[in-house]
Amino acid sequence: MESDYAIEAEGLRRAYRSRTGWLRPRLTTVEAVRGVDFTVRRGELFGLLGPNGAGKTTTIKMLNTLLIPTGGTARICGFDVEKQTREVRRRIGYVFGGDRGLYDRLSALDNLRYFAELYGVPARDQRKRIAELLELVRLAGREHERVEGYSRGMRQRLHIARGLLHAPEVLFLDEPSIGVDPVAARELRQTVANLAATGTTVLLTTHYMAEADELCDRIAVIADGRIQALGTPAELRSRADGRRIVEVEAYGVPDTALAALRDLPGVRETAVETRGALQVLTVQSDAHVDIQGDVLRELAGIRLGRVDSREPTLEDAYVTIVGAS
Amino acid sequence: MLMVGTLMHAKHLSRSPFEIAISLVVPVVQAVLAVYLFRSGGEQDRLLQAAVGAGLMGVWSSVLFGSGGAIQNQRWQGTLEMIMMAPRRPVVVILPLTIATGITGTYSLLATLIWGRVLFGIRLDFAHPYAFPVAAAVCIVALGMFGLLLASTFVLMRNANALANVLEYPVWLVSGMLVPLTVLPTWTGPIAAALPTTWGARALHEATTGGPVWPSVAMCLAISGLCLALGAAALTVVERRARVTATLALA
Ligand SMILES: Nc1ncnc2c1ncn2[C@@H]1O[C@H](COP(=O)(O)OP(=O)(O)OP(=O)(O)O)[C@@H](O)[C@H]1O
Ligand SMILES: [Mg+2]
Repeated sequence: MESDYAIEAEGLRRAYRSRTGWLRPRLTTVEAVRGVDFTVRRGELFGLLGPNGAGKTTTIKMLNTLLIPTGGTARICGFDVEKQTREVRRRIGYVFGGDRGLYDRLSALDNLRYFAELYGVPARDQRKRIAELLELVRLAGREHERVEGYSRGMRQRLHIARGLLHAPEVLFLDEPSIGVDPVAARELRQTVANLAATGTTVLLTTHYMAEADELCDRIAVIADGRIQALGTPAELRSRADGRRIVEVEAYGVPDTALAALRDLPGVRETAVETRGALQVLTVQSDAHVDIQGDVLRELAGIRLGRVDSREPTLEDAYVTIVGAS
Repeated sequence: MLMVGTLMHAKHLSRSPFEIAISLVVPVVQAVLAVYLFRSGGEQDRLLQAAVGAGLMGVWSSVLFGSGGAIQNQRWQGTLEMIMMAPRRPVVVILPLTIATGITGTYSLLATLIWGRVLFGIRLDFAHPYAFPVAAAVCIVALGMFGLLLASTFVLMRNANALANVLEYPVWLVSGMLVPLTVLPTWTGPIAAALPTTWGARALHEATTGGPVWPSVAMCLAISGLCLALGAAALTVVERRARVTATLALA
């Protein structure tokens, strides 16, 4: 049974039950994913964006058979993730961000050999395949060193090689670029783009909007376990059409000033990002009102850095979508 | 697959500084214990038997803690999800792990014998010199399979570590690794007969001191085969349960 779609999710739900409290244990249920529907065509590069705890990882783990959904169904290449687990597993690869998930006291080569065997790469192809992948993730020449001596980025690259060993039809990448330096991140994007170009379906989660914008054919924004928006990056960006962004760098903005900004006429959305002592305020307004003067008046007496007025990006659209949910 | 898996896990285990320290110290202690316990007996072949028994105790401890902790360890390393996601039966994935712990345990057996030789001059002459390595190999595999059963049941229990501690000594005793079964109360008989470790230990003793080795080897294999079957079935259940309760990852 082959399907036109690489990934199909229908009404996918997942709740976690956990015991909290030690003396008087109580069962609490967290609804992590509450009914997610989407389809991904073969060869498509699909992005899943959303704030922390939105349910992205949970969704991925239901699709890659690590979690059984509490509701709804999902199919990978036409195979049901719950009932045809083996068939699904043969076709998927999974890479997650972070430095765990490898055998630290083994060399990269041994790690790859073990996983190649485990994932059923035929013995006669293993050597060639491993060499190819080491070349691809630029670890060739260091494959005999133990993984415990690897840097974060090297581990991440090894993870990716591991995920690609059995040439999966569908690749799940859960924040593959955390902890990777900008040059390596660019190479990673190139690798992912190449994979998609050669027919691999990729489901990617990331917190880097620019990365998603550059790579993804389509993006779903998920928040509170539900899909809030779904479309091409251009479509999502147009959600913020007709808006204008004022970005202000400031130090020590009191909450009252923030609340005042939000109440200014024409303001649609505000967001604050803290970078050390620096705060970056993003104020979205209707494009036809110029709010820069009003914003600066509200912030009078506060130490300011760069002030900028610009067109909205995917990130601004994302903020709008998540803010509205 | 089983071979490569076992090799890699054994390699990984044997490089753990904790394991190395344990496996350097424990055999020495065991050899000393064995010798002092049996010195009163005085006879040379009793000494050798004691050393073999002590070595087996090491194998058992390694399997008990290794297998019991095997799944937990993989979970901590974050590798459990990756190996369980492989398109394989769970038993094929986990068995190499538990056999690997049996192998690192065998090292303990050999080391105990060598220390016995070096420190106390125990003569290493076996009644069946050729049967001994076979019996030892069978023991390892049997312990690996028994370990599999333990591993699969341990993940279901929250206090697996406590259970492992409780199980360590009784199994030594009941399966006659150190003292002959004849000195134990009769109610332990059926329990002992059901444990593959008993038969493995007996096969090794017989290879050391003389006696029918092969029937014991056969019994040992038969029982551990049963353990394998039970363990495989248990693992399938456990795997599904873990996917329902989200316990493959470190929660
Ligand atoms: N094993 C678990 N047990 C209980 N609750 C969990 C478990 N895993 C996740 N959750 C909860 O489910 C919700 C969704 O988590 P999930 O990991 O899917 O988010 P995410 O979108 O991947 O977030 P992030 O961007 O931080 O990776 C969160 O509220 C989280 O606390
Ligand atoms: Mg996540």
